[in-house]
Amino acid sequence: MLTGALGLIGFIYWFFLGKRDEAGEITTNVKVKVAGGYSPALVRIPAGKEVTITLTRTDPTDCLEEFTIPDLKIKKSLPMGEEVVLKLKISKRGEYPWHCGMNMYHGKLIAV
Amino acid sequence: MTKTFPIAGMHCASCAVNIQRVLRKTPGVVAATVNYATEKANVEYDPAQTDEMKMGEAIKPLGYELVTEQQMDVVTEKKNNEVNRWKWKFIVGGVISVISIWGSFTGMNWGILLVLATISQFGVGWDFYKTTWASLQNRMANMDTLIAIGTSVAYGYSAAITLFGIKGEPYFDTSVTIIALIVLGKWLEARARGKTSEAIKRLMGLQPKTAKVIRGDREFEIRIDEIVVGDKIRVRPGEKVPVDGVVESGETSIDESMVTGESIPVYRHDGDAVIGGTLNTSGTIIFVAKKVGSETMLAQIIKLVEEAQASRAPIQKLVDVISGYFVPVVLMISVATFAGWYVFGPSTSSGLLGMLAGIAVLIIACPCALGLATPTALVVGTGLAAQHGILIKDAQNLEVAYKINHVIFDKTGTLTEGKPVVTDIKGGDEVLKLAASLEAGSEHPLARAILDAAEKAALKLERVEKFEGLAGEGVKGIINKKEYRLGKPLAETDEVKKMESEGKTVVVLGTKGKVLGVIAIADTVRETAKEAVAQLQKQKIEVSLLTGDNPRTAAAIAKQLGIKRYFAQVKPAADVGIAMATGTDVAMEAAGITLVNRDLKSIPLALKLSRSTLRTIKTNLFWAFAYNVVLIPVAALGILSPILASAAMATSSLSVVGNSLLLKKVKL
Repeated sequence: MLTGALGLIGFIYWFFLGKRDEAGEITTNVKVKVAGGYSPALVRIPAGKEVTITLTRTDPTDCLEEFTIPDLKIKKSLPMGEEVVLKLKISKRGEYPWHCGMNMYHGKLIAV
Repeated sequence: MTKTFPIAGMHCASCAVNIQRVLRKTPGVVAATVNYATEKANVEYDPAQTDEMKMGEAIKPLGYELVTEQQMDVVTEKKNNEVNRWKWKFIVGGVISVISIWGSFTGMNWGILLVLATISQFGVGWDFYKTTWASLQNRMANMDTLIAIGTSVAYGYSAAITLFGIKGEPYFDTSVTIIALIVLGKWLEARARGKTSEAIKRLMGLQPKTAKVIRGDREFEIRIDEIVVGDKIRVRPGEKVPVDGVVESGETSIDESMVTGESIPVYRHDGDAVIGGTLNTSGTIIFVAKKVGSETMLAQIIKLVEEAQASRAPIQKLVDVISGYFVPVVLMISVATFAGWYVFGPSTSSGLLGMLAGIAVLIIACPCALGLATPTALVVGTGLAAQHGILIKDAQNLEVAYKINHVIFDKTGTLTEGKPVVTDIKGGDEVLKLAASLEAGSEHPLARAILDAAEKAALKLERVEKFEGLAGEGVKGIINKKEYRLGKPLAETDEVKKMESEGKTVVVLGTKGKVLGVIAIADTVRETAKEAVAQLQKQKIEVSLLTGDNPRTAAAIAKQLGIKRYFAQVKPAADVGIAMATGTDVAMEAAGITLVNRDLKSIPLALKLSRSTLRTIKTNLFWAFAYNVVLIPVAALGILSPILASAAMATSSLSVVGNSLLLKKVKL
């Protein structure tokens, strides 16, 4: 029993916390699917260039309706099934995390 | 037929009376009552004779808008749908829960209970599964994951007993009641959260949809986004000023309270600036549009408030870290709880007890209370500030403003009107004439005061040769072959000392070291300055004065205002800059706090609001943390039943939102 429980705990750790988000190519135009989180959850963009991020929410969870990038002071409402286009230019390199309205789903913009 | 319509544009109780009167006179209307507090009209009418459109037309000339169902903002409508969805889920889930609890006490057939629980689990609770599935695909988890797993275990266990005749008692009431209570919490929370952003929604609703533009000698009604800079716009009493501009003709008083927070209507005539979104009350004016679209003051205010509400409070950092681990950790604790009970439990039923404790852990954990703690308070606080004409740049400035214990005022233009006037002239018109000649063309406020005085006395200015500015000391130049110097007194005579101790700035006109005359200039202290200083001191905030004047003038002004300390010619670095908006320009990049209403009394108000908001954030965070830290172990020990756990969880996020809404009750 104990081994089973420890195994399950280990699995939970590996499954949720052990994953590595894969950052794709550096892109200036990215589509993010919003359902049970964000995919991709890691977006690499070039610093100093205007980029377009298109968010589409297909998950009815309330908290996903709000999309916030606090460091950029961006807060958008994502209506179900509608494409929300975000145009931004980040001049300073670095990581800009984003999250949902209740801070449970996370993602990150990386300006390189 | 009786119907209730929201009315947009009401700003006082007498508006309600006006609308009521007009509606009652509209053909087809049987009865009408208008409530100012709820901004709604209740109308009984004959649909054959009139409709929403006609009633809307009737009250439109008064400057109000009847909001018909079609016009209802799509977003609000969607929000309402969402709230309603939760409401219906709660009704269905609640009824099932009551029947199940009653059924399990009275020994109702397990088969019926199973059917009810199945409806609850996969009907009412379907969203939890949907979200969980989507999250798992991304290897993420949220609160819904915890609920889905927790209720599934209780449901699955009970279903197995019922269907396969395994020995034991089913716990159908547990899963259905958890679902009912959590759905209730979501419904109430969705309702309360809508209320947190009311302030910004009100700002967004201020701009009228159309404007009456004069082109040639005709007046056209055009959409607001069709207005271009330079358009001449006519605004009648009761109508809203559509965009920012400058009055060309006519005079009126305008109620600017909705934009600037200034409660007294302001008088406006030709040459004065008017602000889009404000209400013209008495006369008709024609003004020239100067700023349209995103350039208007209202648009800038909305943008600033939205940005502030999206910003990150430094206090939030810890939450950001925790929230990344929260749900997986709770899942692990839950598994450990079950295993712990199973292995070390006291009796043969330890497995069952372990299962219930494990479910309680999953259900009681509430990451959303943590997530909502800061943003809801921030949204209410910054929205409330904006309603009073105070724009807080971001959460960071709000957090620093909370700690402020010292306010330093710049004298000229802040504590004083910034429009100095000449009060004394020793040496007669000749001195004034020479001084004005030397200052001709200068834009310095003191120079302007001398020039104004000379103009008032109808003096003819002399030509100045070899003019020279003496950095910080004054000016010199040659008039009629004689060299004159105008500037700070070189010698402190009794006369100079006396004037300075009255708070006046003294300049001396001299030639070849001989004093020809003395001019004293004073700036009137703003009406609200003394009160603002007193209010700050009452809040135990130290107040100082900063000025480029000599210490005696500074001391005099400070004394007049009850300020104990003053700095002459120093520029201290401030933690939070507070700026007053000039004209219709509020895009103050540098200022942490911008006062749209230019009222000094807003400073104590802004600091009070910052403190209240931050206190709310702190209490929210404290309770959200304490709640999870205390109750998760309690649940693991098996002291809390899963049903009680779900009740606690539903209350916790609701209490956070409720506490943020309490900010609105802060006495300002």
